[in-house]
Amino acid sequence: MLKDTSQPKQIEKNAKSVNDALEAALKELNVTIDDVEYVVLDEGAKGFLGMGARDAVVRVTVKEKESEKSSAVEFLSSVFDAMGLDIEIKETQTKDSVAIELFGDNMGIVIGKRGDTLDALQYLTSLVVNQNAGEEKYKKVTVDTEGYRAKRLESLEELAKRLAEKVEKNGRKFTLEPMSPYERRIIHSTLQNYEKITTYSIGDEPERRVVIAVKNEYHKPSRRHHSSGPKNSSYTKPAEGYPAVGGYNKANGTGAYSTKPLYSDFSSYSEAQEENKE
Amino acid sequence: MSFMKEVLEIIAKSLVEFPDQVSVTEIDNGESSLTLELRVADSDMGKVIGKQGRIAKAIRAVVKAAASRENKRVTVDIVQD
Repeated sequence: MLKDTSQPKQIEKNAKSVNDALEAALKELNVTIDDVEYVVLDEGAKGFLGMGARDAVVRVTVKEKESEKSSAVEFLSSVFDAMGLDIEIKETQTKDSVAIELFGDNMGIVIGKRGDTLDALQYLTSLVVNQNAGEEKYKKVTVDTEGYRAKRLESLEELAKRLAEKVEKNGRKFTLEPMSPYERRIIHSTLQNYEKITTYSIGDEPERRVVIAVKNEYHKPSRRHHSSGPKNSSYTKPAEGYPAVGGYNKANGTGAYSTKPLYSDFSSYSEAQEENKE
Repeated sequence: MSFMKEVLEIIAKSLVEFPDQVSVTEIDNGESSLTLELRVADSDMGKVIGKQGRIAKAIRAVVKAAASRENKRVTVDIVQD
């Protein structure tokens, strides 16, 4: 496996008794007895009338920290080393999570297009960290760089709100560009309290996209396959070759976020596509 | 050894059960294009491919990021002999 870069801490101490030496060592290392292993090198001798007295000597070694700690940092630092990137890695651990933050000059490479590389690194780090963990010990791993995810979250929320307003105004649904499950969730949750708006996902990974649409009840007409659709009948026929019908079925079957299925397609696909290019 | 090869090796070795059976062969296709052939123990294939190739995709993304520094195009092939 990867080599461990941090040397285990080890010191030797002598004192009048084994216990005293041990205590002094723990104090110096600033750890408790549970964190260390120790060997008594010399039990010492009391001597007689001050003659032949010898200090006790112990060698105390700090046990290596839980493997999870090093595995995430170790993995990332060896990858960055190999890439020739000088990146500082900060790790924050809790019982069931590992949060990594990266600092350095080459963050563009680490983040990648729309965070692709960052997501890939995060996924791989998670695999490494959870390699031997059972379900109970599973740790959620996040890898971030100088607030990239926070900024991305903010801009996705803004995007979602802006598009929702637009959709509500003109009644046409909007299909976003493909996003990761995490980013799709941001869109869904940003808009979940919008009374007139519904969101769902279409397509397969990694091309799965969120669709923002007007909730069905606010669309008076619309019944799928309704022969004489009321007002909007001219719109109820999806544009040819539009994958939305299939995509919609899929979305419906795989836990779309909308409670009501959308029955018809009110927008022309090509227009939606063009808008997506913005 | 090119550093892209090294990146791929490090990632693969960190994921598999038998790191000593990981090998990467570098094939220079000229015109700054490179193919890396990754071989792992048969029982480790799943660990570098993943469900629906998710792990393979993540590996490729990182190796490609490494390659982009040198303006190289790199293809990662997972090979089973």
